[in-house]
Amino acid sequence: MSNLPADLKYTKSHEWVRDEGDGTVTVGITDHAQEMLGDLVFVELPEVGDSVDAGGECGVVESVKAASDIFCPVSGEVVEVNGELADAPETVNQDAFGEGWLFKVKLSDPAEMAGLLDNAGYEAVLAEEEH
Amino acid sequence: MVKKTPLYEAHKAAGARMVPFGGWEMPLHYGSQLDEHHAVRQDAGMFDVSHMTVVDLRGARVKAFLRYLLANDVARLKTKGKALYSCMLNKQGGVIDDLIVYYMDDEWYRMVVNAATTEKDLAWIEQQATAYDVEVAPRRDLAMIAVQGPNARAKALPLLPDAVRECAAELKPFTACTDGAWFVGRTGYTGEDGFEVMLPAEAAEGFWQDLLTAGVAPCGLGARDTLRLEAGMNLYGQDMDEETSPLESGLEWTVSLEPVARDFIGRSPLVVELNSPVRRGFIGLLLEGRGVLRPHQPVFAGEQRIGEITSGGFAPTLGRSIAFARVEMHPGSHCDVEIRGKRVPAQVVQPPFVRHGKACFKPLETE
Repeated sequence: MSNLPADLKYTKSHEWVRDEGDGTVTVGITDHAQEMLGDLVFVELPEVGDSVDAGGECGVVESVKAASDIFCPVSGEVVEVNGELADAPETVNQDAFGEGWLFKVKLSDPAEMAGLLDNAGYEAVLAEEEH
Repeated sequence: MVKKTPLYEAHKAAGARMVPFGGWEMPLHYGSQLDEHHAVRQDAGMFDVSHMTVVDLRGARVKAFLRYLLANDVARLKTKGKALYSCMLNKQGGVIDDLIVYYMDDEWYRMVVNAATTEKDLAWIEQQATAYDVEVAPRRDLAMIAVQGPNARAKALPLLPDAVRECAAELKPFTACTDGAWFVGRTGYTGEDGFEVMLPAEAAEGFWQDLLTAGVAPCGLGARDTLRLEAGMNLYGQDMDEETSPLESGLEWTVSLEPVARDFIGRSPLVVELNSPVRRGFIGLLLEGRGVLRPHQPVFAGEQRIGEITSGGFAPTLGRSIAFARVEMHPGSHCDVEIRGKRVPAQVVQPPFVRHGKACFKPLETE
């Protein structure tokens, strides 16, 4: 569990958020999430220009096994999506915290970032799920 | 209490992700379900199917008993070792379980039934067997390993004990032979060639390790499900159950209504259903839009909801999503499936979707 990047923020629903320092953030699903889902075969992302709300559904990742909603960790406007995933959803399995990022959001309320979990907080969530 | 097969430790050692299934702790995958699927289509993979139950049926009247118990007719089995797929029905024509039965000799048939249904199956079979004086013996002492794929037989044969290897090498599809406690059937649940090997539980781990060394990929329940779906094979509890008949589950070919004199359990409701003007059908679907078909998604012909998906998923061999659906009326060549509130077009086809590593689906002939 010590492999959780310390520069990321996390949600209880297994998304990660990276603050890019320019008012935008990058969003993905955690390595734990991809491992639980198994081989991904389909990713449905929001569209550039969509406005998203923190806690709202904004996409779906589907593995051979199951479909899982992506919940948007923060509010704002989608400014970029990872188009590579349409043809290569397995990238999320291979590199969940890197090449497997999902989309970028321009924050409408930067204060929301403070409400997200840090890596220790997320680690505690994972430990609790073990039971 | 969750049960463990004799291969439980071997699965853990191979890094399997274990999940509860039908009362057993079973491997879902060993890393990548997709790689396991492709291994079976292109080379050889193996499955621990020890959770399924082998049942031996013995007695002077065992043939007459099975002709009464099963919807398919064991009288079709003329040569020793020949296998038959059949449904076991209740009096209403609903499916209690689907199974394979092997004709071993005139006083011995061997059956393999599903794990989750084992207890109710045995209770039902024993209840019916009393009148026929047939002994019903579940073989808890046996493990079972399915070795499947184009190279499965070549890789497995040298690893079998001498006596059973000789007869296994000669097996034709859908037949089996046995020597001592070892039993080899040229059968499976993947649409590929291969063996299903029953063996003493204490020999299972050794045989599994030998197969691993021979380059046979361990495969979990995940790959087993996508392989059987591509192969057009039903899954009990999902595609049919006690509330549905084989005629509305794509299993009409397994119901033997001839000879008319054979009165098997569930026969009369099936005859009524067959002559009814409205019958539900069972179709294959190939998704044309993006997404993944899943069980219980509603199926539409135009604006009319005509049924729902029973089994669906991503077909790794085809690189797209496929499904089975039970429908009130035939939609013609195309229909729509509602995926998370959106209608996505699908082509109607006749399963199987894949056989021997290649796509083989056909557009469904409209009636």
